[in-house]
Amino acid sequence: MKQELEKRWVKGPDGVDFEVEPLRDYYCEAPPTVMPAAYSKIIEGLFNWARAESLWILGFGTGCGAIEMRPLMTPRFDAYRYGIQWRPTPRQSNLFVISGYLSVKTLKRVIRSYEQMPNPKYVVGLGSCTINGGMYFDSYNTITRLDEYLPVDVYITGCMPRPEALLAGFEELKRIIRAGKGEGANQYAERFDWYKANQKRVIHDWDMPDYNW
Amino acid sequence: MSFEWIKIPYALLTLFIVANYGFLLTAVMAKIAARVGRRHGIPVWQNYLDLIKNYGLRSSITHGVMFYLGPVFRLTGGVGLLMFVPTIYGSVMFSNMSFAGDLILALYFVFFGSLGMALGAGESGHPYSAIGVSRGLSQVTAAELPFALAVYAVAVQYQTLSVTEIVAAQQGGILHWTLFTNPIAVAAAMLSFLGSMMRPPFDVVLAPQEIPIGPPTEYHSSYLALMQTNRAIFPIAKIVIYMNLFFGGAASWPVFFLKVFLIYLVSVFVGVAFPRFRVEQSIRWFLIWAVPLGVIAIVIA
Repeated sequence: MKQELEKRWVKGPDGVDFEVEPLRDYYCEAPPTVMPAAYSKIIEGLFNWARAESLWILGFGTGCGAIEMRPLMTPRFDAYRYGIQWRPTPRQSNLFVISGYLSVKTLKRVIRSYEQMPNPKYVVGLGSCTINGGMYFDSYNTITRLDEYLPVDVYITGCMPRPEALLAGFEELKRIIRAGKGEGANQYAERFDWYKANQKRVIHDWDMPDYNW
Repeated sequence: MSFEWIKIPYALLTLFIVANYGFLLTAVMAKIAARVGRRHGIPVWQNYLDLIKNYGLRSSITHGVMFYLGPVFRLTGGVGLLMFVPTIYGSVMFSNMSFAGDLILALYFVFFGSLGMALGAGESGHPYSAIGVSRGLSQVTAAELPFALAVYAVAVQYQTLSVTEIVAAQQGGILHWTLFTNPIAVAAAMLSFLGSMMRPPFDVVLAPQEIPIGPPTEYHSSYLALMQTNRAIFPIAKIVIYMNLFFGGAASWPVFFLKVFLIYLVSVFVGVAFPRFRVEQSIRWFLIWAVPLGVIAIVIA
């Protein structure tokens, strides 16, 4: 763990010594809560329709699949027609596209970004590396099954899938969201201990709080 | 002094019309910019969908009272700017709450939103917000200066501080517009207009590739929904001020829609053709080109 995150004694500016434990004091320790659909069916149906038609992707290209996301912003494929926008901050996005292989180092950052996104949020696994490890199935520092670490809604197969395959995958995700099945965030909250145990099993230099929101 | 209570529903009706026009117009302008780039862009009703989605997010994280008040101040700035200037000249129904000195109040409300946003973004504690706030406030200050000078020049020219009387003095033909009777003030104000519309070349404050989104970095769900509502209302309200001061006002809703569309198109024309300035470049640009025009306008008035 980094030296500044350890529990230690510091001397304040007014000369008083006090003990500080950064991971406990500077972050909140509450685990995630399940946030059910709180409204009547009609309103929730309207919200699900709006969530499907306004997918904001977090602009975090986690692997080599990000190269297939860039053409979607260009005039040839133009994902903006489908209501898809890219947002640079996890606070404002509701779709996380895990594009390609996920090394353990990136997984730690992905977890941190995913937990900062507001509920409801969706995850799309791009490429075969998220399904079964793909080309890097026997690598020492990539994960083989994305489902063990994050709740995934749609997998898009291919190595790499063409941009048209991505658009078809987004259409499938929209169908899932409109049907009310896009509850990955609540699934993460329900099985939080299981996901956290899986994550901590592969990430050995864990120096963040358990739930980074 | 009597106050007619019927003004309140009429003002709310104006706000409703302007808000819807703002949502559709910003989407149409995004489509125009997309067509310049040979693609089709977002559907025109996308702003409504984004608003419903943001409002329907189930979790939201607050950083304190000022963080909560940031979007509230911003929306207050936008709505206040609209409420105190006459929208349709000559109509009792749509002249809002305009009164004798509303020009100065309009200048105040133009800046009020940015200040509230800056305080709220500062409370969020994100370093990118702080950088965005410092850039944003310095650029808005430099862009406000020629606008204030032009407004004073026009007030001196017409000897009044009431927007209604300025619009009344411009009726009677196109050549009576301030555009033709005081062109230097209008030039200074239009250069300042480019700066405050937050489009290229002056969009470094909100540029997602520069620093992630700048001041609204930590804002999400309902807070972001409030700010997006303001992003629809505030440009229209500012263009209403410009239209009333410099381009003759509007005597009916179709003329209003057309003039607002054309004035907004000026900033889009410039925006699609030019790359982005850095903050010090944009401040230097305003001080070299726009402020001397404003000073000349005041001197010769």
